[in-house]
Amino acid sequence: MTVTTPVAKTVDARGLSCPLPIVKTALAIRELASGQLIEVLATDPGSTKDFTAWAKTTGNLLVESSVDGAVFRYVLIKK
Amino acid sequence: MTTTLTRPVLPPALVEGLDDPESDGAVKTKELVIVAESGDLERTWATTILASTAAAGEMKVSIFFTFWGLFALVRPEVRVTGTNWMQKMLAVMNRPGIDHAKLSKLNFAGMGPWMMKKLAKQYGVAEPRELLEMSQALGVRLIPCQMSMDMMGITRDQLIDGVEEPVGAATALELMTGASATLFI
Repeated sequence: MTVTTPVAKTVDARGLSCPLPIVKTALAIRELASGQLIEVLATDPGSTKDFTAWAKTTGNLLVESSVDGAVFRYVLIKK
Repeated sequence: MTTTLTRPVLPPALVEGLDDPESDGAVKTKELVIVAESGDLERTWATTILASTAAAGEMKVSIFFTFWGLFALVRPEVRVTGTNWMQKMLAVMNRPGIDHAKLSKLNFAGMGPWMMKKLAKQYGVAEPRELLEMSQALGVRLIPCQMSMDMMGITRDQLIDGVEEPVGAATALELMTGASATLFI
């Protein structure tokens, strides 16, 4: 099944190093309601593992982890 | 903007300790306590990176600032702390404020930290001050050590906003024994 849901908020963490992509996402996701989607754009190569780990720790659901050129894109659903 | 959810990832085992027969099934919040003893730039960096990341991961985080670490909590505009000449001398030789932290090696009268911060900017690394501010926004408790404040002659009004009441070693130890991880930095 393919579900299309609008992204409620985008965090632009391109050019930022660890731990900024995670910390900025944690700050931003607090403004969302449960079930809303947050999109994160990053260029930090370590962020793929970091977002998987962070989603596991916090219980927010990582529904997309993709890469387009040098830009990583993560989409999470707030728990 | 829309996103297409084509490959939903199953939620991880949400309740930690479910496999543990001893566990009552309740989710225990992990807790990190950092004792920030050093005022060195690289260590202050480590403290603020770990604190902000742990808080982002929904850990309960407290930092106990003691000895040289305490200078990181002094407001940037405060130039000299202390009331007697020895305390003042200390602040003159070791300028308070998180922006003035020195490197433990290769300091070269401030050239080292300047280069380090220039590199940090180039590589998108946040400075300790920004990380401390983000930590505060994520609910990290900043706790100054009373004894260090007295000895160094640092007063409450010289510390940045949001810092908690100063406490002693007994309170710090109580926090540490209850935490899942404790770091002395």
